[in-house]
Amino acid sequence: MTRDERIAALKSEAEKRILVMDGAFGTMIQGYKLDEEAYRGERLKDWDQDLKGNNDLLVLTQPDVIHEIHDAYLEAGADIVETNTFNATSISQSDYGLESIAYELNLEAARLARHAADAWTKKTPEKPRFVAGAIGPTNRTASISPDVNDPGFRNVTFEALVEAYGEQTRGLIEGGCDALLIETVFDTLNAKAAGFSVQQVFEDIGFELPIMISGTITDLSGRNLSGQTPEAFWYSVRHLKPFSIGMNCSFGAEQLRPAVADLAQEADALISAYPNAGLPNELGEYDETPEEFAPKLEEWARNGLVNIVGGCCGTTPEHIRQLAHAVAKHPPRTLPETEYKMRLSGLEPFVHA
Amino acid sequence: MTAAAGSSFINIGERTNVTGSAKFRKLIEADDYAAGLDIAREQVVNGAQIIDVNMDEGLLDSELAMTTFLNLIASEPDISRVPVMIDSSKWSVIEAGLKCVQGKGIVNSISLKEGEEPFFEQARKVLRYGAAVVVMAFDETGQAETAERKFAICERAYKLLTEKIGFPPEDIIFDPNIFAVATGIEEHNDYALAFIEATRLIKEKLPYTHVSGGVSNLSFAFRGNNKVREAMHSVFLYHAIQAGMDMGIVNAGQLAIYADIEPELRELVEDVVLNRRPDSTDRLLEAANRYHGQGGQKREEDLSWREAPVGERLTHALVKGIDAYIVEDTEEARQSVERPLHVIEGPLMDGMNVVGDLFGSGKMFLPQVVKSARVMKKAVAHLMPFMEQEKRELGLEHAPAAGTILLATVKGDVHDIGKNIVGVVLQCNNYEVIDLGVMVPSQKILETARERKVDVIGLSGLITPSLDEMCHVAAEMEREGFDIPLLIGGATTSQVHTAVKIDPNYNKGQTVYVPDASRAVGVTSNLLSETECENFVARVRQDYARVAEGHARGQKTKRRATLAVARRNKVPIDWAGYVPPKPSFTGTRLFADTDLGHLREFIDWTPFFSTWELKGQYPRILDDDKYGEAARGLFKDAQAMLDQIESEKWLKANGIVGFWPANMVGEDDIELYTNDDRKERRVLLHTLRQQMARDGGRANTALSDFIAPKETGLADYIGGFAVTTGIGEEPHLKRFEEAHDDYSKIMLKALADRLAEAFAEMMHQKVRTELWGYAPDEGLNSEEMIAEKYQGIRPAPGYPAQPDHTEKRTLFDLLDAEAKAGIILTESYAMWPGSAVSGLYFSHPKSHYFGVGKIERDQAADYARRKGWDLSEAERWLAPILNYNPRDVEKEVA
Repeated sequence: MTRDERIAALKSEAEKRILVMDGAFGTMIQGYKLDEEAYRGERLKDWDQDLKGNNDLLVLTQPDVIHEIHDAYLEAGADIVETNTFNATSISQSDYGLESIAYELNLEAARLARHAADAWTKKTPEKPRFVAGAIGPTNRTASISPDVNDPGFRNVTFEALVEAYGEQTRGLIEGGCDALLIETVFDTLNAKAAGFSVQQVFEDIGFELPIMISGTITDLSGRNLSGQTPEAFWYSVRHLKPFSIGMNCSFGAEQLRPAVADLAQEADALISAYPNAGLPNELGEYDETPEEFAPKLEEWARNGLVNIVGGCCGTTPEHIRQLAHAVAKHPPRTLPETEYKMRLSGLEPFVHA
Repeated sequence: MTAAAGSSFINIGERTNVTGSAKFRKLIEADDYAAGLDIAREQVVNGAQIIDVNMDEGLLDSELAMTTFLNLIASEPDISRVPVMIDSSKWSVIEAGLKCVQGKGIVNSISLKEGEEPFFEQARKVLRYGAAVVVMAFDETGQAETAERKFAICERAYKLLTEKIGFPPEDIIFDPNIFAVATGIEEHNDYALAFIEATRLIKEKLPYTHVSGGVSNLSFAFRGNNKVREAMHSVFLYHAIQAGMDMGIVNAGQLAIYADIEPELRELVEDVVLNRRPDSTDRLLEAANRYHGQGGQKREEDLSWREAPVGERLTHALVKGIDAYIVEDTEEARQSVERPLHVIEGPLMDGMNVVGDLFGSGKMFLPQVVKSARVMKKAVAHLMPFMEQEKRELGLEHAPAAGTILLATVKGDVHDIGKNIVGVVLQCNNYEVIDLGVMVPSQKILETARERKVDVIGLSGLITPSLDEMCHVAAEMEREGFDIPLLIGGATTSQVHTAVKIDPNYNKGQTVYVPDASRAVGVTSNLLSETECENFVARVRQDYARVAEGHARGQKTKRRATLAVARRNKVPIDWAGYVPPKPSFTGTRLFADTDLGHLREFIDWTPFFSTWELKGQYPRILDDDKYGEAARGLFKDAQAMLDQIESEKWLKANGIVGFWPANMVGEDDIELYTNDDRKERRVLLHTLRQQMARDGGRANTALSDFIAPKETGLADYIGGFAVTTGIGEEPHLKRFEEAHDDYSKIMLKALADRLAEAFAEMMHQKVRTELWGYAPDEGLNSEEMIAEKYQGIRPAPGYPAQPDHTEKRTLFDLLDAEAKAGIILTESYAMWPGSAVSGLYFSHPKSHYFGVGKIERDQAADYARRKGWDLSEAERWLAPILNYNPRDVEKEVA
């Protein structure tokens, strides 16, 4: 299939059924117990900084591992796999001194995911597989000061984010992605910069990919880190005309449900949700079993809240297998009719008739 | 909202505009952004639904000023909750502003002034940044003055925007230009009417769009005459809104109500606005002099509440927690009623009911309520002598209380902040509270309950052995034939524990878990109500049955590892080539009377707020929408008390630290030696291992994993510490108690707790950088420190990494902490004074905090063998973490 055909298929499949995304990468990578040497590979064996933990680098140094993980999720029934590029911007890679290879990371990550997905599309043509290019939040916040004594200070500018995201986006598209997923949005201004950048790239290359956006809730107030309610967040990014809007990561499904329900009621876009496997325990680990996880999301499907589901931190192929099975019998959410109203936002939504 | 401004009219705050407000301009020019923020905040408080920000001033770097101000607003949730209107005549300033707002705001403005090209370019950018837009009725030939031309320009812009670039029509706001009227120039007379007419056409022919304008321009001719200006604005809005104007830049705090305007003035103004007669300007000018110097509503004086009747004053004082006038007001009230008790039953209870309602509906927060209680107690204290006197004279009894509640922190535990708060809240609600204090044996609780005929018993505790003691008290109540309700509260208690462990011990009466102080009154009043009690108890029973069932189910589905399997999956540490750091000394070192001022710098404030049931991260909580006000007040009081604690030396801080040669032996134990030749064992420390089923490379961790095994031959070490900041607090607590000042009492305890934690934090840093010295160059700020981004850990016995409290005995003996530092262990291994922290030090880079979680019977048996206990003793001490019910196992065996 050409990319245009795949994008058309993605849209038509989403009308027919609830699509399933993949689960966590970090947990799976941990299972391989890779050491510093493995992270470095041959290419960076003399690099002067520690690289262990730089999971995005593995697309270059341990491509087989990443391919195997994609394959495991596709085997479990995922329709959409995410590229392993959560931290593959030059901004996040600068922690390792690797900002210069950001483009390459995205390109290779997209190729790996593409390869894995195409193999499964060939195997099960009735269930085409898609690749979403993961665009993470970076490790900086454009609307929050890192210095409590200087609230007006910022350690990243909108322009710098636009530049870094532009490079990432070009790599992801060149590598063969079918959609772009701006995810784990804890600061909406970062996401707006990502969206700005993505649209700039679309303008340059002359075609567009569906944009998926997924926010996250960072405390029990039900707001994101930069203080917005889910509805305010939606109004802040609605101008990007996203293919889907949703929530991921955060607490487990239970705590995320009100935010997803808010979005489901408001948004004239598909709803995506891929929560963590429960709340982290004292160790920051996730204990929710597939048997506990899948029924929670099935309840969302049953109540017509979602179009795309998957898993975030702590989920495994088994979680995705049971999830795919659980949601298969439910129809996807139908989009609400929205009226022409001016919808603005600060931290809170503001709708003017 | 004014009557003129209908419910769908949007007020846009105009005061943060340097071109419209001289005051704001001066502040920004003087770089006083903090005061600028106050203006923004005031507008939101006064009802502005959007705030306009304009920095167009020749002498300012407008891009920089816009960026700075919007970034600062982003840190003020009470301002940034509303959308921003980015207002500038320079596109570069607008773009700078768009890069700072995470929400969807409004750009004010773009126009066809420079032609279509820049208009399109700017509109596309607005779309890409995600904002709505104000379009001025301005084109290549200039600003439109007549209704026809205003509409024509707007219509052209509408078509260009919606048809050529797909701009959503609902995000277009037209500004058809409000110009000054009554200027004396005849052509100006029709300006207001032209705006109103154009508005009507726009709303009729350009669907989904909006109409806005800067209203204060209209009355420019009457500068200095607020009365007339406010009337003109109101009248204009009244008519423009009817025509369809649905937004406006107005001073929300200064808008007359249309119906309230004096009829004569209103008529004169209406003539001008609607251009109804040729001499209307002259007539208004002539009348204007009479209104000069009026208008501009005066702000209420701070002390105006003192003029209200005494009942209202008492309520005000209670709600606001002001005790400055309470004695004189109470006295005044007493003199106006027959009996002193009537003051309590009347105005004071009325006031406390208001407090209760506000608290119940989430409009007041715990620190405020405790302050209210302080005021109440002062009032009651003033009345007491009069009531005693009356009693003596008349032999009258005290008015019966709503019920009597006995509160106690159980045997072995010394933590009572939460219990004290519950006591205060109950007292505020007219319950008589008998507080037996801390470390109360069950026998004393039951004796007192019987003697005083209490209606409810409430138990509190913080450390895990207290959970067991609560089960014991419950069983004793059953045995002695009690049937009154038993309330359970405290940090380690939970609904699950209450339902599964405590409730089954006490069948004659109902056990109820109370999650926090605010629920105590609701629970108690339900339990003591003749009508509600039965239903309430039925609900609780149903809940507990469900919780217990869910818990039992949860136990079965969780996969578990046997101890042998768990031991094979210990934390993988490659000891070959590892050189354990050597401490600067072995044995112990005392740090007596440590400087409190230094400790203050190490305080982690977040748990302090959580003690007061204000949930949120410090410092963000200070600006929290919901809790911010309460948190700021509390923080200020805390700082003031800390100043006193420090300068008047209320508290004494003692700490002791030790290091000993150590190696891991067996599988899960740590052997400490008498000296560095490591031949003679000094003591054995025991640790517990996680038994959850693992995959994905996670280990089954025990603390012993972080110490080099004996067979490696490595000379490893372990450290230990105990610190307290509670020495000397008793007389001050007593003093507050006598002054009926629970607020200060709870505050002092909470601060002493925080200082003890700070002491532990400070000491750990000293250990890492100096005493053990394995991280001499560590430079962390206190935030990073709280986030625990350093090497090494300081786990405490009784906490998740080693849940067995009895290990504290070994640690205290090693440190000789009781004799040297004055920190005592109770029979349940709680530390006294309560504001104390102890623990072990581990230095290995891989050491980390973890929770043992639940353990299985195989580990309990193995642990018993290592500790020299029989199994039942191990099961008693480890009860809170057992993943099985010992009684069930017995049954199976039998």
